[in-house]
Amino acid sequence: MGRQTPLFKLHQELGARIVDFGGWDMPVQYGSQIGEHHAVRRAAGVFDVSHMCVVDLRGARVRALLQRLLANDVAKLKTPGKALYSCMLNERGGVIDDTIVYYLSDSWFRAVVNAGTRDKDLAWIRRHAPASGVEATERTDLAMLAIQGPEGRAKAAQLLSAADAGAALALPTFVGREIGGWFVARTGYTGEDGFEIMMPAADAVPAWRRLNSFGVASCGLGARDTLRLEAGMNLYGNDMDESTQPFESGLGWTVAMEPRERAFIGREALEPIVRGGSPRQLVGLLLTDRGVLRSHQRVLIPGGGEGEITSGTFSPTLERSIAFARIPAGAGAAVQVDVRGKLLNARVVKLPFVRFGQSLIGSSKGPS
Amino acid sequence: MSTVPADLKYTSSHEWLRTLPDGTVEVGITDHAQDALGDLVFVEVPEAGRAVKVGEPCAVVESVKAASDVYAPLAGEVIAGNPKLKDEPETINTDPYGEGWLMRLRPAPGALTGAAFMSAADYRKLLEAEGG
Repeated sequence: MGRQTPLFKLHQELGARIVDFGGWDMPVQYGSQIGEHHAVRRAAGVFDVSHMCVVDLRGARVRALLQRLLANDVAKLKTPGKALYSCMLNERGGVIDDTIVYYLSDSWFRAVVNAGTRDKDLAWIRRHAPASGVEATERTDLAMLAIQGPEGRAKAAQLLSAADAGAALALPTFVGREIGGWFVARTGYTGEDGFEIMMPAADAVPAWRRLNSFGVASCGLGARDTLRLEAGMNLYGNDMDESTQPFESGLGWTVAMEPRERAFIGREALEPIVRGGSPRQLVGLLLTDRGVLRSHQRVLIPGGGEGEITSGTFSPTLERSIAFARIPAGAGAAVQVDVRGKLLNARVVKLPFVRFGQSLIGSSKGPS
Repeated sequence: MSTVPADLKYTSSHEWLRTLPDGTVEVGITDHAQDALGDLVFVEVPEAGRAVKVGEPCAVVESVKAASDVYAPLAGEVIAGNPKLKDEPETINTDPYGEGWLMRLRPAPGALTGAAFMSAADYRKLLEAEGG
């Protein structure tokens, strides 16, 4: 038996199928996974993401610590509440984890890291923290709900008093604030608008039940995975890990090489890659033949070279199979994938596949 | 608890068999199997005329989560694969023992005699033992 979130018994009561995820007993689906996916694209769904690890970092020199630990630069965070997505790298430039950090005050940042990497992340942070006098506290007292979808924010606001609801609905994208005793952030992992709310563990079950009563669908990790894939968002352990660097993981945009004097861990290993270009890149694939792309399938490049699918699934929105694949840089748009011994045709496409409920595939105005 | 019709035979790999009046055998996956797989999104059925051996992978059912082989429960010739499943794989979720059949086989001589299929009661026991 794995670790359980404060919502575990409710998941069972709601008929969820429970699976192991990074050592946690988590709901993969309550009914139809595709139904849950569509609920988020078309209305609103709620996910239990309490397995993720919330770490509060406090100390006068916390900003300097994060400027050393993270490949993105927390100097970009100028207003309290603003969040930043970043990789935490090892000296070789490999990705230890990806994280979202919130700037709460000049002596307090909050990081959210993955469940499966919790122990090594905490060990890594604590190894580097003492030099800057920063204390890292795991917030196991908090539960976290993600309410996502075009109606997600409005539904979630109904959990709050009128004044607090107004404050929550006024949050700009990628900003979090303490509101009515909860930490409400306009973030997510689905490609839809929504909130992620951290709350005292005891609040989680009543909040979930009320959301259900407002028509918000209970959604499991299965739908979370198809939603994030459509949204072009990486999953740690699938799409990047310690053996891959950000520039071959579609995460070059999160690495701040400027200012040059910022000596973040991994920088030296990345410099030659920035100068010479990454030999491999992570791309989106759309399967043009029938079938389903899955992680670890081999990608064949016409004229030589090959790569590998890092995440693949059936896209409920596109009703086609989609994937991320790590392939040699400069490969053309037409590739083949070895799917259970058959070579199927696929096309390299710009990510994301879907944003705000709309397919971006085949559109002339692609995303930037 | 999933449905296990009394008039069918079963395999330990969660296929069901129905002997049709003309002596051919219809094969599908059980309610338990479709429930475990979740929403089916892609099904590949064998071509008519293909000869299959016992235990040979001859169809693929893929859900959002995973791909799974379906094994020929007996030796014989494929009479038909279910054409409906190409565009409506979810039929297996909604009607696993009816419209969601996978293939029809003409058993090879002697293929049915001595083959140890499970009764509905035995299959139910298997599911209980598997905790399903």
